[in-house]
Amino acid sequence: MTRRGNLLAIVIVALITAFLVGLPLLRTGSISSVVSFLVPSLATMAIFAIVCIGLNVQWGYTGIFNFGVVGFFMVGAYTAAIVTKSPADGQFATYIGGLGDALAAVPLPGAGAWLPFLVAIIAAAALSAALALPLAWPIVRLREDYLAIALIGAAEVLRRIATEERWLVNGSRGLGGIPRPLAGWVNADAYNYVFLLIVVVLLLLVYVLVDRGIRSPWGRVLRAIREDEDATAAAGKDVVAFKLQGFVLGAAIMGAAGALFAFQQGAVSPETFTHFFGTFIFWAMLIAGGSGNMVGTIVGVYVIWGLWSTTLQLQGFDLPAFVEGRIPHLRDTLVGVIIVVVLLVNPRGLVPERARVSRWLDRRVAAMRRSEAAGD
Amino acid sequence: MTTVAIREQPTPTAALQRDAILEVGAVTKAFGGNRAVDDCSFAVGRGTITGLIGPNGAGKSTLLNIIAGALRPDTGVILFDGQAVTGLRPDELLCRGLARTFQIPRPIPTMTVLENLVLAGPDQTGERIWNAWCRPAQVGRQEDAIVDQALEILAYVNLIHLRDAFAANLSGGQKKLLEFARTLMIRPRMVLLDEPAAGVNRTLMRQLAEHIEEQCHDHGVTFLIVEHDMDLIARLCDPVIVMSQGTRLFEGSFDEVRQDPAVLEAYLGGQVK
Repeated sequence: MTRRGNLLAIVIVALITAFLVGLPLLRTGSISSVVSFLVPSLATMAIFAIVCIGLNVQWGYTGIFNFGVVGFFMVGAYTAAIVTKSPADGQFATYIGGLGDALAAVPLPGAGAWLPFLVAIIAAAALSAALALPLAWPIVRLREDYLAIALIGAAEVLRRIATEERWLVNGSRGLGGIPRPLAGWVNADAYNYVFLLIVVVLLLLVYVLVDRGIRSPWGRVLRAIREDEDATAAAGKDVVAFKLQGFVLGAAIMGAAGALFAFQQGAVSPETFTHFFGTFIFWAMLIAGGSGNMVGTIVGVYVIWGLWSTTLQLQGFDLPAFVEGRIPHLRDTLVGVIIVVVLLVNPRGLVPERARVSRWLDRRVAAMRRSEAAGD
Repeated sequence: MTTVAIREQPTPTAALQRDAILEVGAVTKAFGGNRAVDDCSFAVGRGTITGLIGPNGAGKSTLLNIIAGALRPDTGVILFDGQAVTGLRPDELLCRGLARTFQIPRPIPTMTVLENLVLAGPDQTGERIWNAWCRPAQVGRQEDAIVDQALEILAYVNLIHLRDAFAANLSGGQKKLLEFARTLMIRPRMVLLDEPAAGVNRTLMRQLAEHIEEQCHDHGVTFLIVEHDMDLIARLCDPVIVMSQGTRLFEGSFDEVRQDPAVLEAYLGGQVK
């Protein structure tokens, strides 16, 4: 990383942190209110970081231009809702599934508090992957830009289905009253901390699994495909099979993150899953942070979402009327400005990609260099 | 135009009577109305260094791409070692021991020279993600073995000093050497070289020619070389196949090729004196 790029990353992260802590502190003057603002924000960031890791597998490492992130994120959220909720009453709400009660009745210790949620996360990932596979089969053969258009279309189709098919997931009314994991075990005041812990643990799990996968010969092939598909094929790799694997793994991760999002929000509806919120913002995070770098991905989420949520804090201050009414627009503008600044100063993002991927090769080269240095 | 007359008296190919490793049978490939390869047939004898020459637009590169699995022929068959391989993917052909290089070399630019070679290591356990997750020790052992092999090949082609250089920073000739080295990673039985001498300085070209001869004589690797550089063809190739207008025009030793009046006049022009 260049020194200038390094400095920019540190300055931006410090600024965001100052905003995140400083604004609520200035407004309320109490530490506890700062904490109660920060904890749910950090949980949201952790969930979005999982989505962005999924996108990073697809774009950052495999070079698949997925502009339909929202589709997989939404499928995960809806799946989690119908797995954990009680069956539909058929009057005010109609939806399939409603397995929560059945799963809670499974004779395992405290099953109701954790089993439906575990099943929901796995089902969300599996369904998202199952959807990605047939979708990807014809379209990974497309060129980047066509693929992006095809995926925007696919995501929109999914959103229309969720909106129109009332029997499936209650149509435009969406699904509310989604239960929360481990809610029965802790009291309501402490729940936000427990939820933060759950999502951070899952983020770490996803991080480690993806990092292990990427920093292996498997990841090396993905990165080669990103650079030159024909050359990778000439090096003996089945390009389509690897692209499918990268795409499906990414989609599964996005689905799992969607499940966590549903638990956090407690309600999902088609209006939540717009292309702006469900796709653009994740791309902004990935580009700002540095695609092809796991740490960069998380930094990008922190910066963009930090900015996003702190600007709302500004509304609590006594601002001139022409500013106050425009805060949401200023926020969009700021995200745009950050992306432009990052791309101008360091086009590879705040924390750019590492040069070598395989951790074994990394060690070997380091050892060879050491012995050469000793030899000299 | 003498093409028709020449087609009516096909040259007896020595390769067909010998043991052929590659047979191209009546291959045709058209792009729109342009028949780039038109009913082309020939055979490449096992253990030979066969040259494939002809004027620009003769269909050599298209044919090479078809043999290598990058393009699908409209009609015709390709036999590799007696088995039909028409329409197989490049990676499937590589598994059978058929490797290729590109006219404009295409190493992975953001990877180092060493990494480019390690990437090409065949049958890597670690290329299945669950092995990377569940069997790191096994993957690590194999990775070490592949690195050893790659280092050996780098030393052989004199690129070892560039081990940690990014492929994007190599000169054109060094990239060609790297591609050649990459084909050796799979211990190939046959290598298709697309203009190995183009843009390469004389020293590097001499090195490359030596490596090709060594691989052929010591390891029995067959080469099919598409080339415009007649010095290289003269030094290495026997037999030489001449292509014109998408089909085989003539086949014989370099001396026969350069004495054939039709070939000389119509296709090589002033290049061969």
